[in-house]
Amino acid sequence: MNPKTTDRKTTPLRFDLDRIRGDFPILSREVHGRRLAYLDNAASTQKPRAVVEALENFYFSEYSNVHRGVHYLSQRATEAFENARARVGRFVNAERAEEIVFTRGATEAINLVARSFAAPHLGPDDEILITTMEHHSNIVPWQLACEAAGARLRVAPISDDGDLEIDRLESMIGDKTRLVSVVHVSNSLGTVNPIAEIARRAHSRGVPVLVDGAQAAPHLPIDVQSLGCDFYAFSGHKVYGPTGIGVLWGRHELLEQMPPWQGGGDMIESVSFEKTTYREPPFRFEAGTPNISGAVGLSAALDYIDELNIESVRAHEAELIDDTLLRLEQTEGVHLIGRPARRCGVISFNMEGIHPHDIGSIVDLEGVAIRTGHHCTQPLMDRLGVTATARASFGIYNGRDDVDALLNALDKVRSIFGKGG
Amino acid sequence: MIEDLYQDIILDHNRNPRNFGPLAQANRSARGYNPLCGDKVEVQLQVDGDRITAVGFQGSGCAISTASASMMTQKLTGATIDEAESMFARFHDLLTEGDAGEAQEDDEELGELEVFAGVRRFPMRVKCATLAWHALRAALSDQGEEGPVKTEA
Ligand SMILES: Cc1ncc(COP(=O)(O)O)c(C=O)c1O
Repeated sequence: MNPKTTDRKTTPLRFDLDRIRGDFPILSREVHGRRLAYLDNAASTQKPRAVVEALENFYFSEYSNVHRGVHYLSQRATEAFENARARVGRFVNAERAEEIVFTRGATEAINLVARSFAAPHLGPDDEILITTMEHHSNIVPWQLACEAAGARLRVAPISDDGDLEIDRLESMIGDKTRLVSVVHVSNSLGTVNPIAEIARRAHSRGVPVLVDGAQAAPHLPIDVQSLGCDFYAFSGHKVYGPTGIGVLWGRHELLEQMPPWQGGGDMIESVSFEKTTYREPPFRFEAGTPNISGAVGLSAALDYIDELNIESVRAHEAELIDDTLLRLEQTEGVHLIGRPARRCGVISFNMEGIHPHDIGSIVDLEGVAIRTGHHCTQPLMDRLGVTATARASFGIYNGRDDVDALLNALDKVRSIFGKGG
Repeated sequence: MIEDLYQDIILDHNRNPRNFGPLAQANRSARGYNPLCGDKVEVQLQVDGDRITAVGFQGSGCAISTASASMMTQKLTGATIDEAESMFARFHDLLTEGDAGEAQEDDEELGELEVFAGVRRFPMRVKCATLAWHALRAALSDQGEEGPVKTEA
């Protein structure tokens, strides 16, 4: 079966774009007098009514602090928070809910692993292995950890097309490697990395694997057990949930061995001035009052996505991306940046002789929101020999009209820059 | 309107930047970097006493930053250091003084630089237009420090 061609025919039946758009009030506002074409979903996604209503309902009728009081509302809030944890557990197919640690986002999740899992055992000459296509948030925490320990950060190469060179990555895994940390989907190129294969090869050398899933969670079904990784990080705000909430999934036996990374309330078993003992995971890693409403909102967002059926979302987005790629390729002066073998969510491109920032400003006035710049992947930009790209990134509410708007806006860019040329 | 931002003269300087390339006789220089977009510019100066006798720039950036750098080099060639400082202040006001900027728009001193008034409506782009100017000021303030560029007086 060829999923692409079959989906192409059946998608419209299963996928009701108008209904979805109706769930996102912001999409009906105008920007600079134009219909908004929101193609900056990799930066952050818009929020459906269901998420905002869940927040409102929680604050108006169930809110209190968690894990503390014996009173009614405290129990309700604790229940809502722990139900959200279980909900996230189902979303990534975790073996148990206690493997879900709530964080502020993917960034904090990665920092947690760097500080609590990697740093305590990292010695001089040890190595952490990442890839050329990482977001700064999967580079800098490792630089900090390596610097402190005198360890070495190594970087697996990519091809000119933007695919990970997985054999080279494997050959860089040695006795000194303490962790492989790799992005699931590149936020700049859309490359989908073969995580299961990477995990298999790393594990055959006894090395654990962290996956930065910030750009995968909104687009792919996530199954940490079949991926076979050891940690998985993502952000709520990129999966149609609130800002300030994110997730670290970790294998329970690893989490159990890890010391806390922040101290405070909620994470302790007992405290005396002589000795404090810590609670079991995940609570050990959640010092202080957590983002309770954020977890509730995230849970509602995951419900929303699952009701849509992520397979149909994926088919719809893939179709839209294929069309956009084709049309961009046929547009004079447009160069695609990266041609990964497997892609989702994101298309990066440049226009001959025109800086991405100028593209961004001009299309903005046409109501088209895209991101331009280095996308927090400066080493990747260096590798590809560009300082910046224009990036269109897709979400569940995008349709052909958004792609039309983008291409018309790019025509406008060319006509402005073509003047008197 | 977008045409306010991308006026012909800006597009022309972007396409054919003036005084672009290394300045052989430079005795001052500084780099400007915009971490938001990765734009880089290096401004080189030849300063004679209190007068800027030559200005050149290199780097890569958007149309706004390239045109601004190019037009700055033309504007400041032959100016005194004080005149350059006061020009920067006028230029900065032009970009940031809200819509009450009519006084600046009639500012004869600014001359062609007034085409950048359109940037005011695009706050995210003000840094593009001022990048080269900030580098210029850094180059000028080098005086008296032990940096690589130092002049007689
Ligand atoms: C691939 C990738 N990793 C990590 C992050 C960081 O996410 P956050 O800023 O939500 O922590 C992002 C978001 O920009 C991303 O795209």
